[in-house]
Amino acid sequence: MKAPPFKYHAPRALAEALDMTAGLDNARALAGGQSLMPLLNLRMAAPDHLIDLGNIAELRGVFEDGARFHIGAMTTQRDIEKSAPIAGLCPLLAQAIHHVGHQQTRNRGTIGGSLCHSDPGAELPVAAMALDAELVVAGPRGERAVAFRDFPSGYLSVSLEPGELLTRVSFPKAGPREGSAFLEFNLRPADFAVVSVAARVALDEAGHIAHASIAVGGVQAAPIRLLEAENALRGHAPSREAFEAAARAAAEIDCDGDDVHPADFRSELCGVLTRRALTQAATRAAGSRHV
Amino acid sequence: MAGGTAGTLIGARTPRVEDARLLRGGGRFLDDIVVPGALEAVFFRSPVAHGLIRKIDVAAARALPDVRAVLTYDDLRPLLTSDRISLALPAAGIRFNVDPFVLARKEVCYAGEPIALIVATSRRVAEDAAGLIEIDIEPLPAVGDPVAGLDPGSPKARLDCPDNFVAKTGVDYGDIDHAFAAAAHVLRERFRLGKGGGFSIEPRGVVARYDPLEDRLTVWDSTQMPHRARAVLATCLGLSEQQTRVVAPDVGGGFGPKAVFHPEELAIPAAAMLLKQPVKWVEDRFESFTATVAERDQDWDMEAAFDAEGRLLGIRGRLCYDHGASTPYGIALPFNASTNMIGPYILPAFRVSIELCLTNKTPAAPTRGAGRPQGAYVMERLLDAMARKLGVPRDEIRRRNLIPADRMPYPIPVKQRDGSLMTYDSGDYPECQRRALAAAGWRDFPARQAAALREGRHIGLGLCNYVEGTGRGPFESASVRVNPSGQIVVTTGATAQGQGVHTMLAQIVGGELGVAPETILVQSGDTQTSPLGLGAFASRQAVTAGNAAKAAAVLVARKAKAAAAHLLEASPDDLELVDGAVRVRGVPGHRKTLTEIARSLAGAAGFSLPGGMAPGLAAASDFLTAGLTYTNGTHLAEVEVDHETGAVKILRYVVVHDCGTMINPMMVEGQIAGGVVHGIGMTLFEWMRYDEMAQPLTATFVDYLLPTSDVAPRIEIHHMESPTPLNPLGVKGAAESGVIGAPATIVSAIEDALAPFNVVIRDLPLTPAKLRALVRAGTKR
Amino acid sequence: MSDPREIALVVNDVRHARVVESRVNLADFLRHELGLFGTHVGCEHGVCGACTVLVDGASVRSCLMLAVQAGGKNVETIEGVAAADGASHPVQAALAKHHGLQCGYCTPGVVMTLIELGRENIGKPLGEAEIRHALSGNLCRCTGYQGIVDAGLDVFGAPADKGSET
Ligand code: FES
Ligand code: FES
Repeated sequence: MKAPPFKYHAPRALAEALDMTAGLDNARALAGGQSLMPLLNLRMAAPDHLIDLGNIAELRGVFEDGARFHIGAMTTQRDIEKSAPIAGLCPLLAQAIHHVGHQQTRNRGTIGGSLCHSDPGAELPVAAMALDAELVVAGPRGERAVAFRDFPSGYLSVSLEPGELLTRVSFPKAGPREGSAFLEFNLRPADFAVVSVAARVALDEAGHIAHASIAVGGVQAAPIRLLEAENALRGHAPSREAFEAAARAAAEIDCDGDDVHPADFRSELCGVLTRRALTQAATRAAGSRHV
Repeated sequence: MAGGTAGTLIGARTPRVEDARLLRGGGRFLDDIVVPGALEAVFFRSPVAHGLIRKIDVAAARALPDVRAVLTYDDLRPLLTSDRISLALPAAGIRFNVDPFVLARKEVCYAGEPIALIVATSRRVAEDAAGLIEIDIEPLPAVGDPVAGLDPGSPKARLDCPDNFVAKTGVDYGDIDHAFAAAAHVLRERFRLGKGGGFSIEPRGVVARYDPLEDRLTVWDSTQMPHRARAVLATCLGLSEQQTRVVAPDVGGGFGPKAVFHPEELAIPAAAMLLKQPVKWVEDRFESFTATVAERDQDWDMEAAFDAEGRLLGIRGRLCYDHGASTPYGIALPFNASTNMIGPYILPAFRVSIELCLTNKTPAAPTRGAGRPQGAYVMERLLDAMARKLGVPRDEIRRRNLIPADRMPYPIPVKQRDGSLMTYDSGDYPECQRRALAAAGWRDFPARQAAALREGRHIGLGLCNYVEGTGRGPFESASVRVNPSGQIVVTTGATAQGQGVHTMLAQIVGGELGVAPETILVQSGDTQTSPLGLGAFASRQAVTAGNAAKAAAVLVARKAKAAAAHLLEASPDDLELVDGAVRVRGVPGHRKTLTEIARSLAGAAGFSLPGGMAPGLAAASDFLTAGLTYTNGTHLAEVEVDHETGAVKILRYVVVHDCGTMINPMMVEGQIAGGVVHGIGMTLFEWMRYDEMAQPLTATFVDYLLPTSDVAPRIEIHHMESPTPLNPLGVKGAAESGVIGAPATIVSAIEDALAPFNVVIRDLPLTPAKLRALVRAGTKR
Repeated sequence: MSDPREIALVVNDVRHARVVESRVNLADFLRHELGLFGTHVGCEHGVCGACTVLVDGASVRSCLMLAVQAGGKNVETIEGVAAADGASHPVQAALAKHHGLQCGYCTPGVVMTLIELGRENIGKPLGEAEIRHALSGNLCRCTGYQGIVDAGLDVFGAPADKGSET
């Protein structure tokens, strides 16, 4: 299992990388390589050009900006995991990253790579969906903003136009009386999720649900937001009944299945994990002053 | 470690002599062997499970720069003495042997079957060339399910065979009809067990070099059985044994599949001879899923007859076994499963008919446990079903059926492969279970379980008793030599894949000679240093090679004393062997070291040898087995099951184990722990799957899940030691025991945890989805 | 050789300069170009962890990194772990003591993973669960992980966990 031949490029600046992306035929961007390298070794991908984004400093790092914070697309999952600001600003992302692969893969794998590869079992897209992440995409005609919910475009594909690269991702900071939880089901903790659920619950001063968001992954090509269930929770006290109603909605998801984890089983898991994630998130919300 | 008085090292937790090298990256595994000028090979394999090759066009592949050859069956056939690789092992009941071809000739019978061999200056280029091969295969209907494959109307898995029914065998003793007629109760269960494999972390590999000057072939092969490989190679290539040397270097795990001779092991040497250049092939992981033998898939339809107290009267039924596309290792495996099913229990009558079906899957051959985990699983599931039916506790139903210690040796009217009766040699099975129950807190468990349930947690405790026939013969060889330099060299036909064979032998020999094990050089796995040998299978090497080495070391010690008696002018009776020297008892200064003795026995031109003895301080011995030695054990597992998701967590795992005298308890424990985790994999994680066209669906470690450190439990191991009377060391094998007990134990624990839902588990592996379905069905009741 | 690249890197404190085909991964480069066969290859798709090495101090799967990407970097492999005077690293010694290896094929990756774990947790004793979690990216088919985990506890565990025999 050896990679097929390709021409390797290592641009040092984003502009250079964009020129290559736009100018080279059958080119693929190489982020952390934790998904693309296996595909190359298995000869399931055969690009003529590989554009390594690993040397572009401007694509790395975490910075805050008002109510949101931004993460460069080439920031490693390990950097996110170790980032004290992220743990404080956005516990859901920190909870999700905990489920991503192994340290050896987090050391190289990047947030941008994960969002662009868009594996149905990946955790970061689910967190991004629950958090209403905003993406910045650069291309031949400059930058454009894309809401994460519009980013996935099918199985293992995203809505990047030819010549475009994802450059950064932004997330909202967690508000007061907000709690979150990221739960996933798999046979071994570090595997991709069979089903994962990211939940956020914000309470109002009276302790009622001011806002909830629920994203479910592992069930279809892209993560699903349960908007109706979220709306139905608004104004209710966090209760088992309320969360069970949301869980029932989750269990209605029309899941893709396979021979080990069939569709009906995944639907069940959607319900169970949704109920549990909402319960945990609400408990955390109630127990926390500011996060 | 210091030496000591002869014989004192048995039972010591001696550090392993293998480790220093391996811990520093100093191992020499197959792909680490650099043969100057070697080319690298890649196999082009069948993309379909069954078909006829209409046309293969290799012109573009051949034309690629740096490609030296693209070989098909017709290119290699002139080098071979027969069309097929003759691998048949004798077996009763086999209707026809299905030997593989070196490369597919016309018909391909499983996805992954080698069709062509590309040889190039690098693996990368060879893979590039493989992508340029154009093939036209006429698809044929594939046989995926062995039960359906036995239907008269089934398509044929191989056009070159009369049908798919490759063998019919069985076990039959006692008056089974009477047992069922007289029974107070009868129950019937069906168990379907899925396919799994060895999956050593090092894949297979072969390097071959043909030396035209000496007309000699040297093959480095990551095999468990170099002597068998040499025999097959010599036969197929028309060479003599003297011309053929097979060396197993460091082997990164065996677990059974590396005992089987695969077509690549012939294709690579043949290519090296044809091209007159060394050739290397290293299996990749995709190939280990599609081209390496695997097993475990069995379908059991069984009935148990028992009396009102739950004593077994008889068991009968049918075992259908998926043999894959050929018979590279005979049909021993389902026979093992059936005979091992009897386990430590009194079973007055037994009749199982074994039907083997050819399918269009990777050929089946032993994987750690070799059918025994399945047999034990079936017996233990039947016992749990009996316990449920009678309302008797699971430990009690077993107690009523266990063979009492005072009935050892205990013969069972089943003939073994060697014609002898299956006879349990030693052990105390009831005591083993008693200790295991005590260690795991069986008695208090119901209270803990009830308390957990009040918190909404479903915990359960399960158990399994089993025996394992170990130390299969007919023989193993070893020699011990003290070189004049003082270097002690042990050679053996046994082979090492991580079990610690070198430590085991060095410990035995060091003990006999009073020298530190780490100073002893053990050479194994090389047909040149040990002309005779069998190698690693059936948990046999401590039994066979261990006793051979002991016998050889005893002879060397005796000769050293005899020679020293002359050199020291003392009576042999007054001599003792301590710290690598023979000395006069009570006069420690009056001594001759083994080095000095070896030197004087090496002779000097014209001088006579001490006492006119034969030259050399060396001896060789073959240990001939006198029947299998039966290891036994009891496993208990405590699990927690999430009844809403089907997730299973193993909270605790206890093993009480008896493999007779232990040479090195540390290494025994390593074997048990590794085996248990393999068995956990077989129960909850590992599953080779195929679609309805018999296409493999699991071809990476992403799809086929090995247990990881975060799902493996801590394994608490307790020992009993019932020495076997069948060999001087009193040892029994330990390498497969861990895997045998695990599936039945875990499943029993899960059933216990989910007793409120009346869950009864039959099929393996057990996925969360299957478990959820059982919970749902149980809840509805 | 398609797309040859010049690279210079430091491996175990030794500087190497080579021309390498861009598609060659770091594991193959270390093994077959530099002759450092201690780094093993068990899957080439990033799951088994046998190929784990440290690059600029961080553990990586060397089958999932191109050799060219290691240009200018500092690579540590199993061959560089023991002290210059030949003394075993504590992780190596503990693995031998606790029977944390059998065939030894996974061992180099295990050692590199544990070394990174130790460096990241200096002065912070680790529990069994943390050690099992850290090792979860290294498949071992032989040991059942028990000896490896015990070795980890011996070196990095709280004093009470050290040296526990099973
Ligand atoms: S060889 Fe790199 S992870 Fe398996
Ligand atoms: S020691 Fe053999 S794979 Fe770990």
